[in-house]
Amino acid sequence: MNRKDLLGIEDLSKEEIEEILKVAKSMEEILERPIKIAPTLRGITVANLFFEPSTRTLNSFTLAEKRLSADSINLVSSSSSVLKGETLLDTAKNIQAMEVDIIVIRHSIPGAPHFLAERLDASVINAGDGAHEHPTQALSDLMTIRKKFSKIKDLKVAIVGDIEHSRVARSLIIGLNKMGAKVFVCGPPTLIPKWMDIFDVTIKYNLEEILPDKDILYILRVQKERQEESLLPSMREYIKYYSLTYERLRKFASSKVIIMHPGPINRGIEIESRVADSEYSLILDQVISGVAVRMSILYLLSRKKIDENSN
Amino acid sequence: MKIAIKGAHLLDPKNNVDEIGNIYIENGIVIGKSSRKTQDVKIDASGLYLIPGLVDIHSHFREPGKEDAETIESGSRAALKGGYTTVCVMPNTEPPIDNEGVARFIKEKAIENKKCRIFPVGTITKGREGRELSEMGHLYEAGCVAFSDDGNCVMNPAVLRRALEYSLFLEVPIIEHPEDMLLSKNGQINEGIISTKLGLKGIPDISEASIVARDILLSKFTEGRLHLAHISSEESVSIIKYGKSKSIRVTAEVTPHHLLLTEEEVLSFDTNKKMKPPLRTKSDRDALQKALKEGIIDSVATDHAPHPDYEKELEYSLAPFGVIGLETAFSALYTKLILPGTLSFKQLILCMTDKPAQILALPVGEIKKGGTADFTLLDLGSEWEVDPDNFESKSKNSPFIGWKLKGVIKATIVNGFLPYREGEFLREEK
Repeated sequence: MNRKDLLGIEDLSKEEIEEILKVAKSMEEILERPIKIAPTLRGITVANLFFEPSTRTLNSFTLAEKRLSADSINLVSSSSSVLKGETLLDTAKNIQAMEVDIIVIRHSIPGAPHFLAERLDASVINAGDGAHEHPTQALSDLMTIRKKFSKIKDLKVAIVGDIEHSRVARSLIIGLNKMGAKVFVCGPPTLIPKWMDIFDVTIKYNLEEILPDKDILYILRVQKERQEESLLPSMREYIKYYSLTYERLRKFASSKVIIMHPGPINRGIEIESRVADSEYSLILDQVISGVAVRMSILYLLSRKKIDENSN
Repeated sequence: MKIAIKGAHLLDPKNNVDEIGNIYIENGIVIGKSSRKTQDVKIDASGLYLIPGLVDIHSHFREPGKEDAETIESGSRAALKGGYTTVCVMPNTEPPIDNEGVARFIKEKAIENKKCRIFPVGTITKGREGRELSEMGHLYEAGCVAFSDDGNCVMNPAVLRRALEYSLFLEVPIIEHPEDMLLSKNGQINEGIISTKLGLKGIPDISEASIVARDILLSKFTEGRLHLAHISSEESVSIIKYGKSKSIRVTAEVTPHHLLLTEEEVLSFDTNKKMKPPLRTKSDRDALQKALKEGIIDSVATDHAPHPDYEKELEYSLAPFGVIGLETAFSALYTKLILPGTLSFKQLILCMTDKPAQILALPVGEIKKGGTADFTLLDLGSEWEVDPDNFESKSKNSPFIGWKLKGVIKATIVNGFLPYREGEFLREEK
């Protein structure tokens, strides 16, 4: 991989995805050692700019940075910096003036990472931009899937829930399409974009119709705000039609099906506790892959600099 | 001031003028052959076209209130450089043009500047809030040539009904900004393929078309004069076509950016491609070109909307809507619609001069003896590149930056004066 930034799965070729997953595998070996640290990124400085509440993605990046001996600083703010009187660009320029090599950014507005990438010399990693992309999540999910099935091609994956507002869904669908999996989406019509057919997916509105013969059920979080935006009549009704209950799972899905969820899960809403905690669930495996994939990306984006330094 | 322009190709499709000839101007009026040989200015215009001065019925000059984005002075310079001799400025200033004081302030500033003609548009409702009608009579007497809450749609149909009725006694049109603001709420770009890809909230075309339909029915019912601003979608075109077929008193305008660009432009998250209504699909763009050609859409208007770079250089959803257009409108349309043969040159001139002038009953937009001496001199052979550093506008938010365009404005003549010639702005001496 020879690129300055990692902004979306959309921009990655299949070969680049393969490379990230391959390096992630060797990173995972570091994570399995008794002393979990490598000197790979010694002298590399990473700034984590999180303009939206996030614990797991921020922790995952921070851990990945520490495991590879990078120096990191965090700037965490619940909203865009412009509301505090400084523009995003000024904030980022200040950070870059500190000779930061990599900026990891989480932002509620699509394109914020692209905006920085275009204007800064530092590498930019998109840690989630609005409802646009969340490439590191999708890559770690691809890693989890490959570990479980030893392949991605031809797997049947159903993504269930709020597709419209999900950056995870967008990135994952594109990634799965690129790797040759068959993708299905399911949810209430108000939460599936009217132009969904730009992706290579099969759309179903009925959960019980989509459950049979899938290899993976990927359940998305549903936000309570959707009710106020008149996208859902009530959570009660959402649960009635779209919650993945143990009963539904056993009745309609394959007995070898795997359940995934990007977290954090709303127990009892999109997924029943018993399902989340069942032997079908890979939800915690996703977390470990997350750290390995982020280590891989941090390494691949700074490889050139590291090589130059050692020559 | 006496001006003689010699050897220009005079072109005014309205009056069937299409010939090489001379124009003599005295005291702001076109006269026949000059009686004396003592002109103040003689222009050898051989190889150039002389057309009626361009008329823009939809611009934002931001004064009073946002003078760092544009002023009447800087906006007028941009207009002259783009070949415009008449500009109607929208009332969404701070404070808005909802009282005679602000209208008179703008008129006075324009007179003081001695650049292009400026006509204020007054608000439809007080404070542009969509509730109570503005004092339309007073605004009219203070120089307003139309009424609009532009930037906001008059969402309450009962209020728009009364505005269309009340304005009948002034015979001045109501300019609607057609956007159902509930359907477009929080929207950033056209709702469609690109918004789905980028995860940006969409503005569906029906947010425009549904108001176009509502307003045309209100116009039919009240017999009020309705002008629809910045039409962007194929759906709207088909409804306007219906309205015209029923002889409803509706006119419409389209901007150069909606005629030339599509939503694909937004893929790079360039906020200079962010405006309302948003750029739509190729099919919409083609329908707009066809509608202009067929006369369903009457005129071109720039919707010149300056914003300073520190406001535009933000995350996509935080940047304001709007792009500038006065300095690029003619050349962009000439290069991209006329040269490829999509529209005839005469049609374009009509859509940028006589037709907009007629919509607002302005006494400009033609070449005739005894008529107003507002002209634009064009060098159609020369090419230029759109460079933000060369804009006269205080703001640089153009969607055409980097484009190579044919057609250079050599001079702009307003009321018999020569405020712009070959890149220089001139003060009138006599």
